[in-house]
Amino acid sequence: MPVKRVDKTPMPQRDPGLRAHDFLEVNEGYDLQRAMFEAERCLRCQDAVCVEGCPVRIPIPEFIHAIAAGDIAKAASILRDANPLPAICGRVCPQESQCEERCHLSGRFTPAAIGHLERFVADWEREQPACEAAQRPWRDEKIAVVGSGPAGLVCAGQLADMGYSVTVYEALHAAGGVLRYGIPEFRLPNAVLDWEIEVLKQRGVEIVTNVIVGKTIALDDLLEKMGFAAIFIGTGAGLPKFLGIPGENLNGVYSANEFLTRINLMRAYDFPTADTPMKAGKRVAVIGAGNTAMDTVRSALRMGAEQGLIVYRRSETEMTARLEEYHHAIEEGVEFHWLTNPIEVLGNDDGWVTGLKCQVMELGEPDESGRARPVPVAGSEFVLPVDTVVLSIGTTPNPLLLSSTTGLETDRWGCLVADETDGRTTRARIYAGGDVVTGAATVILAAGAGKNAAAAIHRDLAAARQTAAG
Amino acid sequence: MARILKKRTLTPVTRLFVVEAPLIAAAARPGQFVITRVREDGERIPLTIADFDEAGGTITIVVQEVGVTTRLLGALEEGDDILDVVGPLGTAPEIPPGGHVVGVGGGFGAAALLSLMRELTSRGDRTTAIVGARAKDLLILTDELGAVCDSLELCTDDGSAGFKGLVTERLQQLIDGDGDGGTSPDRVLAIGPMPMMRAVAETTRGAGIETLVSMDPLMIDGTGMCGGCRVTVNGTVKFACVDGPFFDAHAVDFNEAVRRNKMYADLEHAAADRQATACQGAAGGA
Ligand SMILES: Cc1cc2nc3c(=O)[nH]c(=O)nc-3n(C[C@H](O)[C@H](O)[C@H](O)COP(=O)(O)OP(=O)(O)OC[C@H]3O[C@@H](n4cnc5c(N)ncnc54)[C@H](O)[C@@H]3O)c2cc1C
Ligand SMILES: Cc1cc2nc3c(=O)[nH]c(=O)nc-3n(C[C@H](O)[C@H](O)[C@H](O)COP(=O)(O)OP(=O)(O)OC[C@H]3O[C@@H](n4cnc5c(N)ncnc54)[C@H](O)[C@@H]3O)c2cc1C
Ligand code: SF4
Ligand code: SF4
Ligand code: FES
Repeated sequence: MPVKRVDKTPMPQRDPGLRAHDFLEVNEGYDLQRAMFEAERCLRCQDAVCVEGCPVRIPIPEFIHAIAAGDIAKAASILRDANPLPAICGRVCPQESQCEERCHLSGRFTPAAIGHLERFVADWEREQPACEAAQRPWRDEKIAVVGSGPAGLVCAGQLADMGYSVTVYEALHAAGGVLRYGIPEFRLPNAVLDWEIEVLKQRGVEIVTNVIVGKTIALDDLLEKMGFAAIFIGTGAGLPKFLGIPGENLNGVYSANEFLTRINLMRAYDFPTADTPMKAGKRVAVIGAGNTAMDTVRSALRMGAEQGLIVYRRSETEMTARLEEYHHAIEEGVEFHWLTNPIEVLGNDDGWVTGLKCQVMELGEPDESGRARPVPVAGSEFVLPVDTVVLSIGTTPNPLLLSSTTGLETDRWGCLVADETDGRTTRARIYAGGDVVTGAATVILAAGAGKNAAAAIHRDLAAARQTAAG
Repeated sequence: MARILKKRTLTPVTRLFVVEAPLIAAAARPGQFVITRVREDGERIPLTIADFDEAGGTITIVVQEVGVTTRLLGALEEGDDILDVVGPLGTAPEIPPGGHVVGVGGGFGAAALLSLMRELTSRGDRTTAIVGARAKDLLILTDELGAVCDSLELCTDDGSAGFKGLVTERLQQLIDGDGDGGTSPDRVLAIGPMPMMRAVAETTRGAGIETLVSMDPLMIDGTGMCGGCRVTVNGTVKFACVDGPFFDAHAVDFNEAVRRNKMYADLEHAAADRQATACQGAAGGA
């Protein structure tokens, strides 16, 4: 029977004073005892509304019940059937606005710790001996996946399980997309991602790095010359936005993508053992308040910054970062400058950043996004003395691939037009999903899109086979 | 992984590699570049595709050793693999046909001119290459360049080969009508160290000769993802890895470009010194 306890079983975490100086994971994970203790809180509701909050509809009460019963293997198989990346989603999903927001326990109690439990099960699974023999494709059709972020990886895994021969092409030298170059190790250790990628290879997926589709190989050549029956495009939204304010090209101004890529993909924190240098500065202002901004400011602290500042033109209420990351950032000593709009980066004679000129904002009428529009307060300019400025104000899809071919429609934000339920684009045999379609969103939405597109590709190819068989 | 099929030492610090890279060789256009990485945890560095052979499935790169990564690359031998090679990156320059194009090259830039000049010559443009170095034995690929240009002009600081003086001084003479055949350049293409490209820009500015320079900012991904390679051209911010590397020489903000390239100079020098000490240590111990 469910046990009434008001609060979530706390997630053991490393001391803020220690962890803010290294890249080891902050959360230490539940042990079996904690997981079962927490699992007992779930009411096993008939109308499990939590499931509706999950974009891939994980049967949440079922897997939690299996944990409560001590059958972790069963929990793992329930999870994996619904979500191919549980170790990752358990760590990075914005649970407070998805599954956990809907949980019946929310309100008087804190919700069931669905994310922590998901992570527990997936971490347990990773420690089990690998047993399955390598899977070989048994169908004739080959499918190409472009991009190895969560959308591409999940799509590839699903198609491999259906017997297709799948090749994933990745532009960078390592697979994983944002999970590799963006989200830092203190939230998502590389070992977790490496394991997921190994499992995919075991399932028969071939991953080819250092291939930029649209440059190294033309998209159309995949279909016409290389014999792929279908293509899934999961190239993400990797193009950084800049503000266009004066001083943005001073030394010490970075996009969050550059800042995080140097640290995560290139391991600049290990310089000079790793060859890529990085100057994170002593006082670092990060502009924006999403997950990327939190990751950036916390990475800056870990790179040796004495002060990390978040500068955001709206207020705390409009912040889009995961709640847990916000709390962790506060614990680690990040300063928050709400309702503060940067208008100019100031530099010295050598061209290095010395400050960020800002103006104070107040909230006005709601804008088209429904959020209160920030408006400047006259005469409120002031200067934050900083030596590094990182822009984390969003990204859009990279036009590189889409501009190299024809017939693929994009919308006015440069997003690829594709059906949200099956990933079909405006061209036959080409499917797409994840951030390239939605604009910068979440891991679970990308994973879900990859899964849906795999199903659609399978359906369409089966129909084509039938037609061919006449 | 890309196998090194051939290695040639051009100067004590410059090596040429012919590398097996069939996909890149098939897709490359003159003026594009690759990004390479030579070891786990290594840096990603951009290198021009000096030449490519689609039939043979190879590309040629010429590396001038200036720091940790270029030295590690320079130490690789035939039969070794380069860990990562990705490309072709960047946009090939668009040069309207039919004019007299003068390519100016310094350092590895002479190699970078090779496939560009060959393409222009073979489509019927009149081509001149001006390449310079401190002394004769530091000039690279002069035979190869001479074979693909209508005329080749050598410049050395000490006069040990060709014209005694800077490439820009010779360029000025050509503009004044003193070249082979006497036609002054319609277009100039400069590839090499930033100070040289900047001097070329100043040389052609007055005469209003269309000039392209191949900018070489620090890069990471080479696909437009990091924005680290941004250069200001005519007041607008461009990403050199996708919009470039070729830009209008008279519109580029060179001050900014030079300053941004020095961003990590202190760290890079320290790392290079450490590497040099480590090498000496190893050699001494052997
Ligand atoms: C710093 C940061 C933190 C985040 N934190 C969270 C979080 O906590 N929770 C959450 O849910 N979401 C988070 N997100 C968002 C989430 O990571 C993305 O929504 C998700 O990764 C999108 O997945 P994707 O597969 O569509 O694309 P991506 O992960 O962007 O992967 C696309 C891949 O395609 C490759 N590619 C691009 N073009 C080509 C080409 N032409 N040829 C070959 N390969 C190509 C890219 O190199 C990349 O590897 C975060 C994002 C960032 C940047
Ligand atoms: C599009 C493009 C094409 C290029 N083509 C070639 C080529 O064909 N052959 C070749 O030898 N080099 C080429 N370069 C330059 C080459 O990428 C750099 O020399 C290399 O990155 C240096 O790496 P390193 O680790 O050896 O030296 P580092 O230790 O990184 O640097 C050593 C010193 O060189 C300076 N430096 C670093 N990168 C650059 C750069 N991009 N431009 C100028 N100075 C720099 C540093 O500030 C430092 O002082 C090209 C650069 C670009 C952007
Ligand atoms: S995948 Fe994400 S939204 Fe779905 S149950 Fe897991 S943590 Fe919640
Ligand atoms: S809504 Fe909450 S309590 Fe009910 S089944 Fe879902 S997780 Fe359990
Ligand atoms: S090198 Fe990253 S955007 Fe150009």
